[in-house]
Amino acid sequence: MTQLQACIDGIGLLGPGFDSWTEASAILSGRQAYAARPLNAPPPASLPPAERRRTGTLVKVAMAAGSEAIAQAGANAAEVASVFASSGADGDNCHAICEALASDDRLISPTRFHNSVHNAASGYWSIASGAMTPSSVVCAYDASFGAGLLEAMTLVAVEGRRCLLVAYEAPYPEPLNSTRPMPSPFAVALLLSPRASEKSQARLAVELVDAPLSLMPDKEIETLRQSIPCARSLPLLAALAQGKAGRVVLDYLAPLHIAVEVTPC
Amino acid sequence: MSPLLLSHFTASSCLGLGLDATLAALKARRSGLKPCQFETVHDLQTHVGEVEGVDGVALPDALADFDCRNNRLALLGIEQDGFGDAVRAAVARHGRRRVGVLLGTSTSGILQTEQAYRRRDPATGALPADFHYRTTHNTYSVGDFVRSYFDLEGPAMVVSTACSSSAKVFASAARMITAGLIDAAIVGGVDSLCLTTLYGFNSLELLSMRPCRPYDADRDGLSIGEAAAYILLERAPAQVGAADILLLGAGESSDAHHMSAPHPEGLGARMAMQAALDSAGLEVSAVDYLNLHGTATPSNDAAEGKAVAGLFGDRVACSSTKAATGHTLGAAGGMEAVICALVLRHGFMPGGAHLDRLDPAIAIDYLAANREQAPRRALSNSFGFGGSNCSLLLGRGDAE
Repeated sequence: MTQLQACIDGIGLLGPGFDSWTEASAILSGRQAYAARPLNAPPPASLPPAERRRTGTLVKVAMAAGSEAIAQAGANAAEVASVFASSGADGDNCHAICEALASDDRLISPTRFHNSVHNAASGYWSIASGAMTPSSVVCAYDASFGAGLLEAMTLVAVEGRRCLLVAYEAPYPEPLNSTRPMPSPFAVALLLSPRASEKSQARLAVELVDAPLSLMPDKEIETLRQSIPCARSLPLLAALAQGKAGRVVLDYLAPLHIAVEVTPC
Repeated sequence: MSPLLLSHFTASSCLGLGLDATLAALKARRSGLKPCQFETVHDLQTHVGEVEGVDGVALPDALADFDCRNNRLALLGIEQDGFGDAVRAAVARHGRRRVGVLLGTSTSGILQTEQAYRRRDPATGALPADFHYRTTHNTYSVGDFVRSYFDLEGPAMVVSTACSSSAKVFASAARMITAGLIDAAIVGGVDSLCLTTLYGFNSLELLSMRPCRPYDADRDGLSIGEAAAYILLERAPAQVGAADILLLGAGESSDAHHMSAPHPEGLGARMAMQAALDSAGLEVSAVDYLNLHGTATPSNDAAEGKAVAGLFGDRVACSSTKAATGHTLGAAGGMEAVICALVLRHGFMPGGAHLDRLDPAIAIDYLAANREQAPRRALSNSFGFGGSNCSLLLGRGDAE
């Protein structure tokens, strides 16, 4: 089977009870207990104030995770290609548009409209970082993390360039949340590189498999893994936090799973 | 990149269903745009490119939950020109896990949600029980639908970068094939009329009241269309036929400038076109025809015109076919790649429609009429909100 290889130079994480990768790695390596608490999405400091005001929770969590991964590697975001993966666009914004369109007055604001595109986070990221590099925006419903990982790994392998993968989600408000329940916003970012450097934390080898999924030992964290598409990455994050060689199997599109071999650098 | 073969392709838009209707309309310079009568949209003075017969399409029983305008259009388009049979033959050749599905859309089945919001429970606000978010509204819906329709088990995704979506899937598919994850890919795009885009572009004052006039001095906005376009991509064999169409290069870039306005100098657009040439290892002189993004908004055509003039001067014949099809948004990249494939196969270059007076400020060779001259290679531009740019370079098998 085809194996795709890359090195991880930086990691970002934001979720309920996970304020950053640095803090979360103590929990995911088993050194500290997990305590769920609501996530606070920080405003993206790198955006000009006018743009910053226009961003909702989804864009904020994506940019926070992406920024953490870039900062950890000491990378220049403007030089890095990107892949943004999420199962939906901004849910609050979508709800507001659908409410307006169902009313007698169908006026929607230009900002609402341009924020409705699935690639809003990618657009704001490129504006904030000055990155004129290619940016992919992919969706595969609950398999969106896997789709993003494959897109980023093929970009690194085929084009031989550094790529930032950001997988991110935020819940819809009601009534859409009942049709697509999600407990919390969540975002994970991996800065992938074709070559090892002094910044590299681990080497990844990715392939499509039939093998059974890796689960999380902590029940609450396992619930997160099952209920938020980008939290399907948690077994990989746990392996990275433990800093040991190992193999995890992540969720993808049935009947396929994605196996990731992790080798610390 | 290594060239890929477009082993089969089809497109359906307001020009008609399938390649023959599309080709005939382009040859006759006929536009499919009509005054908007779509759904309940009676208050917008605009023209739309609506595909006929979408409402009458019935999905297979097993896929009933996918029922929405976008997936009806997806199904209507996918069985034109024997495309479905070509996919089934490719699956027999390569296996169900080795054929990927990579499609572009901007709004997916959002119309289903827009309509469901009119039928919310008056007491609880809940959406009606017959509303299926996952299989209609969700961005992946059309990818899931096509993967399920062909009973595939390989990689799949939907790319959603607004109006560059179904161009960027070619670049992603090329990487996946090169990396060895798949042997063939169904690429293209499906985007359908909905209220979000009609009222959204209206809010930006980007809708023309007349059928859109790309590159006209008095252009005043776009006309929205809808389309389903599909291409089966496979590795090119050692010996290709003269009239075979190949994907030679793909270039992607970001404007990093503004969410809904292009870079004023067209810098990102120029980078994408240059990257497509670089990935093919070709010079600007290799391009004979350029299918412009050409939305007919004042700012898009001005910025794209600067980028094209800067890179090619006036040495390449250009036109936008959006005056014929409307702007099919997330399907535009796929639709216009198929138009380029038709142009290469049938040896002509389509002139832009609805042109009164070419914009004298844009120094490119814009075709005001069809040119009966056979191009060997064609470049197709697709740019979207968020500053997402993609250019595709296609060529004939005998172009050397």
